[in-house]
Formats: sequence, C-alpha cells, structure tokens
Amino acid sequence: MTKSESIIDDKGYISAIYGSLIEIKGFESKVRVHDLIKISSHNIFGEILQIYSDHVVAQCFEGTNNIKLSEEVINTLEPLSMELSPGLLTHIFDGIQRPLELAFNDSKSNGFLERGFFLPPLSRTKKWHFIPQVKKNSDINHGDVIGTVQETPSIVHKIMAQPGTSGKLSYIVNEGDYTIVDTIYSIQSNGKLKDYSMLQKWPVTKSRPYMKRIIPSEPLITGLRVVDLLFPIVKGGTVAVPGGFGTGKTVIQQSLAKWCNADIIIFVGCGERGNEIADALKQFSELKDPRTGRSLLERIFIIANTSNMPVSAREASIFSGVTIGEYYREMGYDVAVLADSTSRWAESLREISGLLEEMPAEEGYPSYLASKLSSFYERAGVVQTFGKDLSGKEKIGSLTIIASVSPPAGDFSEPVTATTKRFVQAFWALDANLAYSKHYPAINWLTSYSNYPEYISDWWFERDIDWAEIDRDWYEIRNQVNEILSKENELKNITQLIGEENLPEDQRLILFIAKLIKDSFLMQNAFDEIDNFTGIKKLLGHIKLIILLFKEANELLKNDVIIEDLKDLDIIDKILRIGHTIPNNKFQKLTNLKEEMKKSLNNIKYSLEFSKKL
Amino acid sequence: MSVIYNKIQQIIGPLIFLKNNHNVQYGEIVKIYTNEGNIRTGQVVKISEDLIILESFEGTSGLSSENCQIFFTEDSFKLRISNDMFGGTFNSLGKPIDINQKDVREANISTDVERDINGSPLNPYAREYPSDIIQTGISAIDGLFTLIRGQKLPIFSGQGIPHNKLAAQIVTQAKVLTEEPFLIIFCGIGIIHDEAIYFLRRFKESGNIQNIISFINFANDPIMERLIIPRVALTTAEYFAFEQDMHVLVILIDMTNYAEALRELSSAKEEIPSRKGYPGYLYSDFASLYERTGKITGKKGTITQIPILTMPNDDISHPIPDTTGYITEGQLVLNRNLYKKGVYPPFDVLASISRLMKDAIGEKTTREDHADINSQLLASYSSALEVRDIISIIGEDALNLEQTALLKFSNDFENIFLNQDFNENRDFNTTLDLAWKVLSNLSESQLFRIHQRFINKYYKKKKV
Repeated sequence: MTKSESIIDDKGYISAIYGSLIEIKGFESKVRVHDLIKISSHNIFGEILQIYSDHVVAQCFEGTNNIKLSEEVINTLEPLSMELSPGLLTHIFDGIQRPLELAFNDSKSNGFLERGFFLPPLSRTKKWHFIPQVKKNSDINHGDVIGTVQETPSIVHKIMAQPGTSGKLSYIVNEGDYTIVDTIYSIQSNGKLKDYSMLQKWPVTKSRPYMKRIIPSEPLITGLRVVDLLFPIVKGGTVAVPGGFGTGKTVIQQSLAKWCNADIIIFVGCGERGNEIADALKQFSELKDPRTGRSLLERIFIIANTSNMPVSAREASIFSGVTIGEYYREMGYDVAVLADSTSRWAESLREISGLLEEMPAEEGYPSYLASKLSSFYERAGVVQTFGKDLSGKEKIGSLTIIASVSPPAGDFSEPVTATTKRFVQAFWALDANLAYSKHYPAINWLTSYSNYPEYISDWWFERDIDWAEIDRDWYEIRNQVNEILSKENELKNITQLIGEENLPEDQRLILFIAKLIKDSFLMQNAFDEIDNFTGIKKLLGHIKLIILLFKEANELLKNDVIIEDLKDLDIIDKILRIGHTIPNNKFQKLTNLKEEMKKSLNNIKYSLEFSKKL
Repeated sequence: MSVIYNKIQQIIGPLIFLKNNHNVQYGEIVKIYTNEGNIRTGQVVKISEDLIILESFEGTSGLSSENCQIFFTEDSFKLRISNDMFGGTFNSLGKPIDINQKDVREANISTDVERDINGSPLNPYAREYPSDIIQTGISAIDGLFTLIRGQKLPIFSGQGIPHNKLAAQIVTQAKVLTEEPFLIIFCGIGIIHDEAIYFLRRFKESGNIQNIISFINFANDPIMERLIIPRVALTTAEYFAFEQDMHVLVILIDMTNYAEALRELSSAKEEIPSRKGYPGYLYSDFASLYERTGKITGKKGTITQIPILTMPNDDISHPIPDTTGYITEGQLVLNRNLYKKGVYPPFDVLASISRLMKDAIGEKTTREDHADINSQLLASYSSALEVRDIISIIGEDALNLEQTALLKFSNDFENIFLNQDFNENRDFNTTLDLAWKVLSNLSESQLFRIHQRFINKYYKKKKV
C-alpha cells in the first residue's frame, strides 16, 4: 500500500479557470479520465473529465476562488476511491469520504467546513482487535476471510483478501490489536512476497467483482404495511420513491433506515437539508435496534453532502455510498443503500455538464443521464461473492437501493423520475393529495407498483402459518386488496354523481371495506411507538381480519343485512386502531379480536334469522 | 501594487472581457474607475491564458472599451462588520446609506472584522437539531406554525397581498422569551424605494431600531448587487450569531427578485436554461443562502431565516416557490381570497406547515395544551371547509348540528384567531386562549384531538 503511494506524481499547471472547472496543461499523456488530481498549494482535490491534445479538463470538489493560473496540479494517478476497513460504521463522511466528525472535533473551523481541509478518512492510529481465521500456508484468493474484527458491538467486520489476490499465506499475525495500516498478513505469489494491512481501497465508479448473481427470493421487510403487502421490495432490489416537497420522502427514508431488516444501512444524504442530517443522526444514536437492543447507529454508515456543500462532491456521493455497500455485501451481509435524493445528484450532473458546455437533452440534463443512472442502480443485487467465509462456507450478500426522487412541482413526467423508472423494479409514488389529507405514508396505491411479488410469494407462503380458516396466502390477499382498491376507484366517480346511498349494497360494501383498508391498514404513524413498525405476523393477521370481514359481510348482505348495521359494530372501531394498539409480540390479541368479530357477525345473523322466524 | 488595465476587449451584459496580461486570482475583486469619476466593483468569473472575464456588480452601462481603468485589488470581496452597525441601513456592499437620498453616506463605521461573503458550508455533523422558539406575536404563526431558532421558514405570497406589512410586523414584534441578545437583520432585495421608506419608518416607530440592521437593494439597482446582498446580510448574521452569541433572525424580501436577477445573469452568460428560463443551479444557489441557518453544537447563538417571496401568478408550483419549499423546513402560504374577505394576516393554514415545531412546543416552552390545540384547529378547520363546500350545493338549512358548529367555528377562527391588527402583539398565552375561544363553538365530542385533562382545564362551551 505504501509502495503504490510512492510512485512519482505527474505534475502540471492550471491554464484556465471557470467555476469549479479548471484546465490543466503539462500532464504527460498517461493521464486518464477519472484520475484524481490535487491543486497542491490549496489542497483542493478534483477529477479529470476530458482530455484534449494539449490540455485536460478537471472538475474540482471545492470552490476555486483565489486560485491563479499556472499553479501546480498533481495527478495522483489513481481514481477517486473509498478507503475500506474497520472504522466506517457509526461515522459520518462527506461525498468524497472526508471525515466530518474529525473535521469538527479536530480543527479550529468553528463548525464550518473550510476549503481544502484534508484528513485521512479512517484513523491510522486507532487499534482494532484482529482475530485471524486462516492458517499459515493456506491458499488465499480474492474475498477469502483472513480474519475478523468486532467493528461495533453489533457488527463483525470480516477482513477479506483484496480483489486480484491469489497465492499462499506466508505470514499472519497472532490475535491482537493492530491499526488499519499495520501489516497483518503476507501472501507469496509467483515467487513474490506482498504485505497487506486491513485497509483496502476501491474506485467509486467501478463495480466490485463477484462470483455470480443470484435471483432475489427474500423480501426486505420494511415494517411499512403498504409496502410489505402491496409494493414489496426484495433484498438486492431497487426502488424509487418520488414525491413533491412535503409528501414525506425523508420520513420514509428515515423509518426504513431505522426498521428495515438489512444488516448494514448506508445512508446517503445527497444535496438535502443540513438540519435533516442532524435530526437523523440524533435519532439513530438515541433509538435501539429491536433485534440487538443496541444503538441503531452501530449498523449505520452515513454520507452527508448537504445542498450547500460543493456540488461536484455531491455527484460522487451516491457512488461512494454504493461502493461502501458493495464492500459489506462481499462480507456476506444484507446491505441497504438509502439515497436522499437522486434528483439533487442529477442536478449536480446537469450543472457540471452545463459548465462543460455539452449539448443538453431534456430540461438541460445531459444525454448521458440514463447511462449514469443505470450504472448506479445496476450495482444492486444478490450475489455469491468471491472467496470463502469462516469455516470455508460460501458468502451470499445483497445490496438494495432505495432512492428518493424530488420531481419539480411533483411532476413525475420530468426527466429524472421518468428515466429512473426504467431502471428500478419498484416505484412508490408519493401523492401530495394524500399528504395534504394527512394520510401517511402517502404512497399512492393506484400509481405505485412493484415487480417483486412473484419473486417472494414462496417466502411468504412458508411463513403464513396462522389462522387456517382463511385459505388465502399473502399473494392472493395482495391481489384481492388491489382489486378492492381499484374497484373503489371506479365507484368513486359514480358515487359523486348519484350519492353513496343510491348504490347497491354490495358496492357500498366495497367502498366501506376500501375505506377500512386505507384508514386501518395502509395508513401508519411513523412517530407512534407501536405503529412505526409492523412485523410480518401482525401484518398478515391485520389484513386477513379485514378480508375475513369482507367475506362474511358479503354473505350477510345476501341475507338482507344492510351495510349500516355493519358500520355501527364496535369491532370496526377496534380494527381501525389495530396499528397503534396491538404490539407485534401480542399476536394473541389479534386472534381475540378475530373471535370477537366472528361473534358479533354471528349475532347479526342470529337476530336476523330470529326476526325472520317471527 | 495593483495591476491596472486601460483597455476592454468586449462588453456583454454585465460581463467585461480583458486581454490577460498578469497572473490574476479567480474570484478577485476589481475596481472600475470611469472617466466621470464614479467607481464600480466587479469580480473575476473566468480566466484563461488569453482572457480575463469580469462581472460588474453595478452594471456596464456607460462603459466603453477605453473610458475606464480597471484596478485589480488582489483580494476577494470582504465585508466589513462591526458593532456600530446596529440600527443602521446599508447597501449591498455593506456601505451605510441614507434611505431618503439613496446615497452612500459618509459615516464613521468602524471595522471589527472582515469576512468573505460566500462563507463556508456548515459541517452537518456540527449542527444541533433546533428546538427553541421565537415568539412573533402573530397568532397564526405562534399558534399553528411556531418559528424555531435555527429554522428557515419562508412566506409564499403574491403580488397585492400585504406581505410587506406582515414582514414589518414580524421585524418589530419578534423576540426570544429568554434574556438572551436578539438581533434582526432585514434584507430588502430589489424592493421599491417607497417600500424601503415604509419599512424603515415602521422600524423607527417601533422603538426597537437599535436591534435591527437593515440592508437595502433597490429595484433599480444593478442586478449583480441583488445577488450579493443576501450574502452580505447572512455573513453579518453569521458573525453576530456564531462569534457574538446572539440569536439572529434574518428576513429576506423578496426572493423572487433575487431569482430573476440570477436568471438575467445566467442568460447574459449564455448558460443553458432549465425550467422557465431559470438556470439549472437555482436549487444549489438557493441552498447556498437558505442553508446558512441553524445552530452549532457548543455555541449559544442561532440564525433563523424568513425568506419572503411572491409566487408569480400565485402558482405554488413555479420554480421559485417549488425550489424554496424543497430546501426550507416548511412554508407559510398567504391566501388571496382570505385577504379579500378582510382577514389579515391571510394565512392559508392548510397549505402551511412548520416542520421543526413538533419537538419544540409544549409545557416547557409555550403551554401544555399547545400541540393538541394546534392539531385540533387544523383538523376542525379542514372539516369546516368541507362543510362550506356542502353549503354551496345544498344550502345552509340542511346542515346538522355538528356542521353548524363547525361553520361557526371556521368563521370565528378566521375573524378572531387569524385576524389581528398589524400593531397587535399577542403572546403565547393570549394566542392559545383565543384558540380555546374559537373552539368553544364546538361540542366536547368534536374535540377529538385534545386530551381530556386539557378539555377539563380550558374548555368552556359557548352558550347558543
């Protein structure tokens, strides 16, 4: 590692400056696109974008004020890369992995980010307790787990052989405390000996290699009922969450970060509000992970490039996030990358494209918007990674991307939303009207979609063990709920013309059940201690209860019961309050409710039969 | 020794092109001396080996290729700030002005510090989540959309709606409820001369002028100044907030003028436009202003912003309000119909929101019943508006008791709670008591968002 850094740098000088772009002359012809450059006297980093016969164009990651022509520029001869080793989780970095916590604690900057501040992303002095997991003389290839470090009390960090490694382990340290740059093992390959530390680097724009892709088969449980039933995502899937301002994008992102069942969360705040990052940080450190009872922050890695931080670093930030995600996936973890918001990222792309005077496509966005977006979303997936895990097992990990989109004026036909739709398999359309009427999460059930239900219906089937009397599984229930909701939508128009009272009873029942599904099941309070997360058992019970009511009510209506009798039942009020009254671990209460419902429906039936007899 | 240029190659809009003869800094400030003896300020915006391109802050009108001298100052623009500024009025370059003459006034303002007006971004890790309140004395804001220290809460208005009056009222009434020092920075962006005189007269009459610093950019000033003045105001705010431990409230009025200036400059630079001709970086540019708000861990001072903008054609989806709404923490929307009905301030309470208030209000800061009241008022008003729709179809006679009560409530809500005199300064208690008064139109069962213990304590049913 230290050897590669000692390669002689390539030097050039600035020949023009405009905005965050500079032109550089004097580099040798070996300069490559995406090489990282540094304006030496100001410590400003940048990236090569274009190469001409006599000069190159680079974008700087920070402002260029006070810089003069002919100042020295150094080509580091490597692309922008992420440092990978223990010390990532619980910490917060900017889009080019500068450590924000250290910047605040170490410097005299008074809380502001001074231009040109540079600190190594990960501490070179902190010692980690390394436990070797392989023996001397074993064969080692890319991805093999060499040893482990307890990175946080909840997460074991696996130290893996770097990509491209192949050879015999000729040396490994004993269990003990080491820094990330200490040599901990050596590999003999083709007669050459190479030393390795825990630290590795990987370029952000390059996808990390893996053995093979696997078809996703397991849902990412989010705890949001509308998502887990109607618009599910899988581990390794992609979803876009578009919505105008005030529709609750950030609340959804944050509640996913808190409750979804991924092992590792990568939270990328890309061009959004500074106070939101402060809020997220505060919540993550105060909240407990229900699975471990430890602070949620222990499984979270944060990138914060707020809207007022340099735009070109914003462009890098989502790729930085996904690069860290791929690294943890290689350890065999389920990783979720939450990016808020990809529109801000696209805008930074547009801004730089404008400075380069490229020919714009739609609304000023460059024509390569689509290919850039696909290169981001295509890095999601379930894979079998290279290398062997502890005890020689294979490693399977997943990377899920959940990206919010902020369409101007909430218009989903704008280029970023429309292009994103081509590369994601699920789409949660946030609706301003729902938000306005305080229906949260404001996911519109008519315009949202998910292509994943077929992938995961078996998974749900295996877990659908309660209440044998309702012979519908998750997949069938979802279809039925969709059917009821879309029928309600059709009936809405007629209702407005002739009034609800004049509809036939069976149609009124549809309206009634649809309203119950919306108010009781789809609506969910992210700030309520019980309602904020619904487990799969409660989810199935809750919706089955409503479907059972629908089925039984249909029967009753055939026997001349009128809908008003049903509406007045006490049980309806109880169903409406299931979300925040029945905790996930009190399933018995739900069963009791079901019995109570059956009883009161039977009562109606008996009293009807009784009156008929009379 | 400064370098001097005597010849200009090209002039396009506010841009001046020079043949590059020396090693200039990017962003360097230049002084343009004209033959007539006036001095303008400009800045380097592009350098190549042949050319230097400058942007003149005060326009290029009257300049020819040979009638001026351009001095390079070897410095970027630095704002001078001092404690002498309290109670004063300044132009976009931070020079004291006489508002009636509109001239730069020779005055002895000392300089305590010099600051770069572009500032540095606040480290997100250094931010503390804001949770303390500011009282504006306006019921709609304090009761329903409480302003939090460190929040940015814009007002979306329209031409002909009295946002000026409202701005003046906020400036003269706003305060923190502790003994801590509180400063208001008023920043007029492209405002009409008469408006400026109105504002300053109101400030003087309030007797609070020593706690106000005003920056004024007139409607007919050059557009470059329009782009600088909010940065000047915010740089001043940052100094007093984070170095002098004061709570600073910054009013920016009117951001629409700022955005139009940005568009004008962008088209002069021949940039590719995005929506409605505004540049693609409108969001980032707005963010570079709005995000200069907040609270830093370990520091006492805060910056709060109320940007005021007029929505072109009252269209909330126009790029200016839309982009603003994506950055700010909520918005206060003014409604033309309500204003025509004679309600002042005419807040569209259902379209407005303050996102930071939920953790900040309550027993410790305002009053125990505040959160419940807030939620009840909005819920009942929303149902009441539905009742008004019903009336327009079937008439008032067909209403049931509940609906009649809601209707009465909504009228009282508009006329008693929202409506207030523009000199009337209500404290939190008065506002919340008024809320109970208008809620007294409703029966107890209609107060479903209020805890029983508050109903027992505060609710008195109005006799019909």
